[in-house]
Amino acid sequence: MARWGMVIDLNRCTACQGCVTACHEENNVPPSNPKLGAQSRSIRWINMMPVYEDEYPHTKMSVLPVMCQQCEHPPCIKVCPVGATFFSESEGIVGQVYSRCIGCRYCTNACPYTVRQFNWFPPDVPETYEQGINPDVSVRYKGVVEKCTFCNHRLMKARDAAAFEGRDLRPGEYVPACVETCPTDAMVFGDLADPDSEVSKLSRSSRASRLLEDLGTEPKVYYLRVGSGK
Amino acid sequence: MSHSHNRRMPKPTDPLGPDWALVRPTVESDSRFWIVVACLLAGVSLGVSAYVYQVRTGLGVTGMNRPVYWGMYIINFVFFIGISHAGTLISAILRLAGAEWRRAITRSAEVITVMVIVFGVGNVIFDLGRPDRLLYVLKHGRLQSPLLWDVCSISVYLCCSTIYLYLPLIPDIAILRDQTNKRKWLYRMLALGWQGTERQYERLEKAMGFMMVLVIPVAVSVHTVVSFVFAMTVQPMWHAAIFGPYFVVGAIFSGIAALIIAMAIIRWAYHLEGYLKNIHFDYLGQLLLVMTLLWFYFTFSEYLTTWYGGEPVQLTVWWAKINGEYSGYFWTMVVCCFIVPMAILSRSKTRTVAGTVVVSIFITIGMWLERFIIVIPTIANPRLPIDRGLYHPTWVEWSMLVGCFSFFILLYVLFTRFFPIVSIWEIQEGRMNAKQDMLDRIDAYKVESPEPEADSGALAAALPAGGGGRQ
Repeated sequence: MARWGMVIDLNRCTACQGCVTACHEENNVPPSNPKLGAQSRSIRWINMMPVYEDEYPHTKMSVLPVMCQQCEHPPCIKVCPVGATFFSESEGIVGQVYSRCIGCRYCTNACPYTVRQFNWFPPDVPETYEQGINPDVSVRYKGVVEKCTFCNHRLMKARDAAAFEGRDLRPGEYVPACVETCPTDAMVFGDLADPDSEVSKLSRSSRASRLLEDLGTEPKVYYLRVGSGK
Repeated sequence: MSHSHNRRMPKPTDPLGPDWALVRPTVESDSRFWIVVACLLAGVSLGVSAYVYQVRTGLGVTGMNRPVYWGMYIINFVFFIGISHAGTLISAILRLAGAEWRRAITRSAEVITVMVIVFGVGNVIFDLGRPDRLLYVLKHGRLQSPLLWDVCSISVYLCCSTIYLYLPLIPDIAILRDQTNKRKWLYRMLALGWQGTERQYERLEKAMGFMMVLVIPVAVSVHTVVSFVFAMTVQPMWHAAIFGPYFVVGAIFSGIAALIIAMAIIRWAYHLEGYLKNIHFDYLGQLLLVMTLLWFYFTFSEYLTTWYGGEPVQLTVWWAKINGEYSGYFWTMVVCCFIVPMAILSRSKTRTVAGTVVVSIFITIGMWLERFIIVIPTIANPRLPIDRGLYHPTWVEWSMLVGCFSFFILLYVLFTRFFPIVSIWEIQEGRMNAKQDMLDRIDAYKVESPEPEADSGALAAALPAGGGGRQ
C-alpha cells in the first residue's frame, strides 16, 4: 500500500516554472493565450502561488508551486455525484475519469485549494503542438474537469515494466514530470509509507508543513519553508 | 374532520350561476391572450437559441471563470426552487389549519409550485458541462453527494405536488366535462368518472388530507437539501448550520411574493375581483410581514456570527459582501427584502392590492440578489491567494433567465386556459357549508355557562343578595 507524496524545498525552488512547462508537455495541457488569461480561464495543473510574510519594509516573499494536494481525505470526492473523481486506496492518488465527469463543477467549488480546472471551451492546441501530444494521456474535451494526477500514467507504465521483469517497483522508477524536470532538485517524490524513503524523511523535517492543515484534508504534498534546519 | 350538521357537497352538474366567471377563461379567449402568448414565445426562443449557442461553443460563453465556477444558473436554481415553495407549502398549511379564506387562492399557488420546479431543475442542467451525460446521475449516482440528495428530494417533491394539484382539480374537471363543450375527451379522461357522490368526496378528502400532510415535510426537506449543496463544503460563509432553515424561510418568503404577483395578474386579467378579494391580499401581506421579520432575523444572525468570530477567511468574504465588489448587490437586497416590505406591510393602510404587489416585486428581486450574494462572493474569494475572481453574467445567461421566466409564465397562462385557476367546487362548498362549519367549531370549544336550574338552591345560597357580580 504505497502512499505517493511529494516534498518541495523552498530553499531550493527558484520559481523558474520548469515544472509548470514540463507538466503542460507531459499531460497535454493546452497552452494559454492572452484572451483566456484575461478571462481567467487558463488551465494550469501547477499554479505559482506568491506568499508574503511580515509588513513592509521587512516583507519576505516566497513562491509555492501548488498542484493537486492529493489529500488523504479529499473534499472533492465526497461531493462528486457520479464518481468521476475517485481515490485509489492502494496508491493514495486522487484520479479523475474524464469520460464519467458530467461537468457540474461541484468538486472545483468544494476543493479548498482551488486546484481543479474546467474546460470552458474545446482545447485550443496549436498545430506545432499536435506532433508532440503525449499518447499516454487523453486530451480533454470541453465541459469536463481536470487536475494534476501525479502523472499516474507513469506509475502504470513503471509498474507494468516491473511486473514484466517479475520484481517490485524500485524507488525512483516512478516520478512525475515536474519532479523529473526540476533543475534545482527542489521537488522530491516517493512513497511516504516507506519510512526510509527520502520523501518520507524530508516530510518529517522541522521545516515541513502542509497547506491548510487545519481543514483535516491530510495533503500528501509537503513544503519545506525557507530557512535553516533539516 | 367531523361535521355535526348535514353537509351538502357540490355536484358537477349544479348550475354555476355567477361562478361561470371561473370557467370562462377555459372556453373564451381574446386577442390579448394571443399577444401575450406571442411575446412569451419570443422570450422562450431567445432562451433556447442562447442555450444552443452555449452547448455548441462551451460554457465559456457565460461569465463564469476560475475560481467562480458557479454563476447565474445555480443562482436561478436556488431562486426557482425557492419560488416553488409558494404553492404547495402555503396551500397545505392553510388547508390543514382550516383557514376559510384559502378557498380562492390555493389552486393558483399549487400551479406555481409544479410549473416552477421544472425550471429549477432545468437550470442545473444548463449548468452542466456535459448535459448529454445527465443520466449518469441515475446510472452512476453516489448517495454521498449532496447533489444526489437534491435529485431524490426534488423528484419526490415534484411528484407529490403534482398529485396534490391534481386531486382537488378532479371535481372541477368534471364541471368542465359536464358543462362546457371544448376538449371533452380530455376532461372526460382526467375527471376519472367523478360524479360528486358522497363516497367519492369521502375518498377525495382522505387522499387530499394524506397529501397535504405529506407534502409539508417534503417541501421543507427540498430547500434544506438545496442549502446543503453549499453548506456541506468547507468554504467560508457556505459551511454554516444556519443554511437549512435560512433557505426554507427565504423560500417561503419569495414564494408568497410570487403568489401575490400571480394572484394580482389573474384577478386583473380575468376580472375575478369577487373571488380574489382585497382581504386575501391583506392576509397574505400579513404573512409576508412575518416572513420579512424572520428573513431579517436569520440574515442578522448569520452576518453577526461571522463578523464576531473574526476568522480571516470568513471576514474576506464578509467584507466582499458588505463593503467590497458585491456591496451593491448586498445593500440593494437589504432594501428590497427588509426596508421596503417593512415600510409598506406594517401599516394596514398601505397593505392594499397595489401595496402588496409592489412589495412582492421588490422581494422577488431582493431574493434573487440574496441567492447571488450567497453563491458568488464565497467562490470568488477562495482560501488560497492563487485566483481572485469577479463575476458578471453575459448576454447568454441573461437570455436564459428571460427564457425561463417566459416559459414559466407561458405554462402558467396555458394552465389557466385549460383549467379553472380558482377552485370552483371549493368555493361552492364554502358557500354551502362554511358558515355552519364555523358555528359548529365555535360550539365545540365554547365554555358552557353553568346551568341555573341544575342546582339552583345551592347556587342561590352561595351568592349574596342581588345576584352577585358587578352592578
